[in-house]
Amino acid sequence: MNAPAVAAPITAQAFKSDYKPIWCPGCGDYSVLSSFTKAFAKLDLQPENVAVVSGIGCSSRIPAYTNCYGFHGVHGRSLAAASGLKLARPELTVVVASGDGDGYSIGGNHFLHACRRNVDLTYVVMDNHVYGMTKGQPSPTTEPDWDSKLSPGGTGLRTFHPLVIALAAGANFVARAFSGDPNGTADIIADAIRTPGFSFVEILSPCVTFRPEQREWKQLARPAPVTSTDDAARAARRIMTDDGFNIGVLYKGDRKPYQPPIGKGKKRPSDLEAEFAL
Amino acid sequence: MSRHRQKIKDSISIAITGSGGAGVMTAGNLLLEVAAQAGWYGLMVRSSGPQIRGGEAAALLRFAHAPIECLDDRFDVLIGIDWQNIHRFADEIPLDGASVMLGDPDQGEPPEVFAKVGASYAPLPFKQMAKAIPGSWPNMIALGLAAGLVGLPADSVKSVLQKSLKKGGGEKMAANLAAAEAGYAAAANLPAVPRLAARVAPGASQKTAPGASQKSAPGANEEFAPGADARWLITGNQAAGYGAVRGGVRFCAAYPITPATEVLEWLAPALPKVGGALVQAEDELASINMIIGASYGGVPSLTATSGPGLSLMTEALGLAVAAEVPIVVIDVMRGGPSTGIPAKSEQSDVNIAVNGLHGDAPRLVVAPNSIADCVTATQWAVHLAEALQCPAIVLSDQYFGQTRAVVDPPADIGAAAARLKASAGAEGYKRYAITASGISPMAIPGTPGTAYTADGLEHNERGLPSSQSGDHIRQLDKRAKKLAQYDYGERWAEIEGEGELALVTFGSCTGAAREALARAAAEGIKARLVSLRLLSPSQPERLAAALAGAKRVLVVEQNHTGQLYRYLRAEYDLPGEVRSFRHPGPLPLRPDEIHQQITAWSRS
Repeated sequence: MNAPAVAAPITAQAFKSDYKPIWCPGCGDYSVLSSFTKAFAKLDLQPENVAVVSGIGCSSRIPAYTNCYGFHGVHGRSLAAASGLKLARPELTVVVASGDGDGYSIGGNHFLHACRRNVDLTYVVMDNHVYGMTKGQPSPTTEPDWDSKLSPGGTGLRTFHPLVIALAAGANFVARAFSGDPNGTADIIADAIRTPGFSFVEILSPCVTFRPEQREWKQLARPAPVTSTDDAARAARRIMTDDGFNIGVLYKGDRKPYQPPIGKGKKRPSDLEAEFAL
Repeated sequence: MSRHRQKIKDSISIAITGSGGAGVMTAGNLLLEVAAQAGWYGLMVRSSGPQIRGGEAAALLRFAHAPIECLDDRFDVLIGIDWQNIHRFADEIPLDGASVMLGDPDQGEPPEVFAKVGASYAPLPFKQMAKAIPGSWPNMIALGLAAGLVGLPADSVKSVLQKSLKKGGGEKMAANLAAAEAGYAAAANLPAVPRLAARVAPGASQKTAPGASQKSAPGANEEFAPGADARWLITGNQAAGYGAVRGGVRFCAAYPITPATEVLEWLAPALPKVGGALVQAEDELASINMIIGASYGGVPSLTATSGPGLSLMTEALGLAVAAEVPIVVIDVMRGGPSTGIPAKSEQSDVNIAVNGLHGDAPRLVVAPNSIADCVTATQWAVHLAEALQCPAIVLSDQYFGQTRAVVDPPADIGAAAARLKASAGAEGYKRYAITASGISPMAIPGTPGTAYTADGLEHNERGLPSSQSGDHIRQLDKRAKKLAQYDYGERWAEIEGEGELALVTFGSCTGAAREALARAAAEGIKARLVSLRLLSPSQPERLAAALAGAKRVLVVEQNHTGQLYRYLRAEYDLPGEVRSFRHPGPLPLRPDEIHQQITAWSRS
């Protein structure tokens, strides 16, 4: 658990905890975990200065599997907890881990407002188009005709498009990654952390248990044929028209992060009493 | 009418009413400031219709020479700048044959509902009088009139108005000063209203202010009371905000809700001055999770809300219990359930505060028992939350929150945030270690060698998720034990008086209960008062000691089902016969109705 001495460069291994994941064999989230630790090492972060915050779901188990400060809160509220932490402790690196149910359904409102607020956070959503922890119900990114016990014959609802919604809501960094490429994903996460403001990384992370057909994503995912843009309209058009498998940083803006000053005011509480005095 | 026929009273109550834009609240606030300036104590309760702007409004004021904590049973004076929809306040402004109504004849007669109780009526043409002084307003006539009627010094009216109208410039100030003077002068020709007796507490209250009872020379109400210039003019919502800052809170996440918004609006500019910050959240789910995140980061954190917001926050309150993250939530109670009556008071969130989480979830619930105590109770709540690494709910209410009062500044109880923290590199660090006190050192992010994951999942001592029965029982025991074993000291309740009859109450019923007991004492009925400040965890041994020898216990509260009564019956073995006296909001429990309960029961 102890932080290594500062002399040697930090390794990804130093960010791994000794706690065994509960994930199914073949789950994409194993690779994402490895991308997290690689990205932290790549940025030469110290474990005590990193906090991984999550909600509830398979992907939200990540904090306990990393050897840095972790916060495993309630379903859908990870962005709120992480925003409070970052605003109160701006010197920390705060990374949020979520899934398509936690982040886009129950946490949908916080997603919109976190994009708007543009706190300097990195928001990583492991999207497998299914609620895995509750054993196979449709999420907002599930195809409308996907049959399940809870929604026999499919939900009939159109899918949620997180990337374009993030862009419209004001996210400063928007990327798509694929868990099958842990090194590429680590690079994208590192870039997201390095970029000030709210960075959103949607990771296609297959659920081999409830969506075995997602094994095919390995054949479909490919680097985006274009480089990242700082033009939100152009990025939106690309994201709206691609097939959902273009991997890479798709938008990078330069909006100033939201950070009210904290620790600056030096008055004593009793100085505030003058307001009440007769 | 000559002054020598005036009645002398321990307190005087005045209501000023009018439709939106009439300036009722402005006149009321200024009148309160004039009284404060003159060395009086006083308070002003705000009541208004549901309209955002422009609805009927009533400023309900009471003045005395000792601290006042509640409205009286009735009003001596009702001033109607106009009478539009004012009948809606009939229940909130009880008048009787001794009451005087003053109104503008051009606005019609006072509503029948007031006139039928026999209150006398005297007309005064506010509008015409204001028209005669270009640039002045009728509410300034009413202000001067009210001040003149109750015998406040003209100098105090002048100096308060000069201070208040400074921004408006010379002409505006001169016009409104003249209007107030005209109103003040008109009072001399109107029916006399009671005057304050010299420095005697209402009903010879046991809680007199320091200095308030030291001098009682006749005519002392004309003098400036010693120490009066040290007093504060403050609302309960401001007081709660200040108590939070005193307690060490430096982060607040805010979602607006009536009647708690003023806590947040006070903290917004205050926190940056002391090195903190306030952020507006997208909803109450976010605001409470934000403060949990900030507090996990080591910064004492708080939010304020009302019933509907508290309902949304219960899930995250459970998270704070399980993950042992200290936070404070101020609940400024209003009428419920659901959206209920947003701008009016009710003590109906006891159930949700003491029981409203799933699982076995020990939490702190602290209730202020006066406007000034909103400072102290909130400060104490922050201290307890930090010391016990647990969420604390502060049960204030709309009456406290939005009432402005002259108070003696509450002493700093010196209880600042004091969290047990882990030191860097702590050997074999376990965040949720089982300790004798149940409290385990909390590692703050940034501390090397003590990284852990805070978890709402049941966990083992290290914080790793565990569904094993042993870990569950150990952690449940730990979280219960730390609250049960803590020494809460004397602050858990206010205990006053003696006798075989005991009143047990909390929050804003305390002032009326205290006044009722003082009236009973004046009639030779001995009784005691226990006002609970610490509602949760329950303190059975302390309450048993406080009620030792009591044969009758009357539980007093402002809600429909007797939530405190039921809680006490569940948690405590109360001695003798136990009765509940209660009614829901928005009407306050008045001293007289509690007094009647005491006398009736004592004589039975």
